[in-house]
Amino acid sequence: MITSLPKLLSATVVTLKLLSLSLFFGLFIGLLFAILRLNKNKIINKFAYGYSYVFRGTPLLVQIFIIYFGLGQIEYFRSTFLWVIFKEPYWCAIIAFALNTGAYTSEILRSAFQTIKPGIIEAGKSLGISNKIIFYKIQIPVAIRQSLPAYGNEIILMMKGTSLASTVTLMDLTGVAKYIISTTFKPIEVFIVAGGIYLFMTFIIHNLMKFLEKKFSY
Amino acid sequence: MMNIFKKTILTVLVSFLLIGSAYAGKIKIGTEGAYPPWNSKDASGKLIGFEVELAWTLCRYIGSQCEIVEQDWDGMIPALIMRKFDAIMAGMSITAERQKAISFSQGYADEVASLAVMKGSSLEGMETSEGINLGKKTGAVKKDLKTLTSALAGKTVCVQTATIHQNFLESGDVGKVNVRTYKTQDEVNLDLAAGRCDAALAAAVAFSDYAEKSGKPVVLVGPTFSGGAFGNGVGVGIRKDDTDLLNAFNKAIDKARKNGDISRIAIKWFGFDASM
Repeated sequence: MITSLPKLLSATVVTLKLLSLSLFFGLFIGLLFAILRLNKNKIINKFAYGYSYVFRGTPLLVQIFIIYFGLGQIEYFRSTFLWVIFKEPYWCAIIAFALNTGAYTSEILRSAFQTIKPGIIEAGKSLGISNKIIFYKIQIPVAIRQSLPAYGNEIILMMKGTSLASTVTLMDLTGVAKYIISTTFKPIEVFIVAGGIYLFMTFIIHNLMKFLEKKFSY
Repeated sequence: MMNIFKKTILTVLVSFLLIGSAYAGKIKIGTEGAYPPWNSKDASGKLIGFEVELAWTLCRYIGSQCEIVEQDWDGMIPALIMRKFDAIMAGMSITAERQKAISFSQGYADEVASLAVMKGSSLEGMETSEGINLGKKTGAVKKDLKTLTSALAGKTVCVQTATIHQNFLESGDVGKVNVRTYKTQDEVNLDLAAGRCDAALAAAVAFSDYAEKSGKPVVLVGPTFSGGAFGNGVGVGIRKDDTDLLNAFNKAIDKARKNGDISRIAIKWFGFDASM
């Protein structure tokens, strides 16, 4: 149980890398699609809605399998320059995670934008501030503050979701735990240690979000 | 009143113990169902393959009812220890490492392992002997391992997780290779065909079976491997304290071998006599 700890901890680094990169790209995707969702153009709006509908409506495991094993089966795809990225399980996992968390993040941000009280925007307008500045300096900061609790939840869900990286050969925390079990045949002990590490990461994320919520409260 | 209550509980417990120890009930045999031709599933989801057919034959000789259950490969030994089933027949080679955790019956079949690549790979045409036995490290074996070490340097070799093939690649016998592990042999085959693996290592029959069924140009390269990390044949895995069942399986294998059943079933599924 104790002897497995160093290996599991170094695998935790892989998990954290997967998580931070996915969240980084996911946040951009989410912000982009949230803005597209608020667009008055019907086609753009429907496209953004379709994206979030598909990625929120299918299991993450299926998405990662389609991106990793599915795309690899298409001969034409393997001859394109994209194959350099998609050949690596690491990037396939990050792409799948980023697209998935991006869909959820876009919904979180969209609802945050929509709950902004019109009074705040009107106040800005009455001060003669331009629409652009109102959007960047008022709407976005307020929306981010509004979405913090929901986004914290999404980070925790994504953190647990990274365990699926082990299904595409990556040696993340779950992957290494399974590997240790396959050589020691002791599933309970190893999974308890791995579970404890996940729990600890949740604890950190949870407190970090609480701190941010307090800091940006108004 | 209390007495009756206690007695009832005791009776129930004792009867559970009896059911657990005697195989008057059913012998549950665990197999993977994803490693053709050893064990796999047909289109309707029914378990088929060499070991499935052999399991029914052995059960007949033991004279007990049997049930064959499916279990993922990487959880096979833990599932046996946790009594999800009583015996493993899943192309599992008898190795010293596994014998620390479970017992094995005598071997019933032997397989050789081989590297496979896609046609046109730079690894094709490696100059080695036909087959090497890692049990005896003779000059010829060492020379072949050297050839393999330089050929595989920096290459990605794909294997199923927790197999003798993974152990061999990580043993250092062929230097440092990037070992990529998969949950099932199917996934190894898919990624070999997709070009994500420079080579793959598994039972030679697993590749020939895949090449035949998929029509993909998978070719075997280098020597076939046996002995050493590859273990001493494939046997029935049984819990260490289950000596009665172990003896029963050993006797059944003796009978099946004498009557030519193992050879017959092996030729049917492998195309050659893999019995031992």
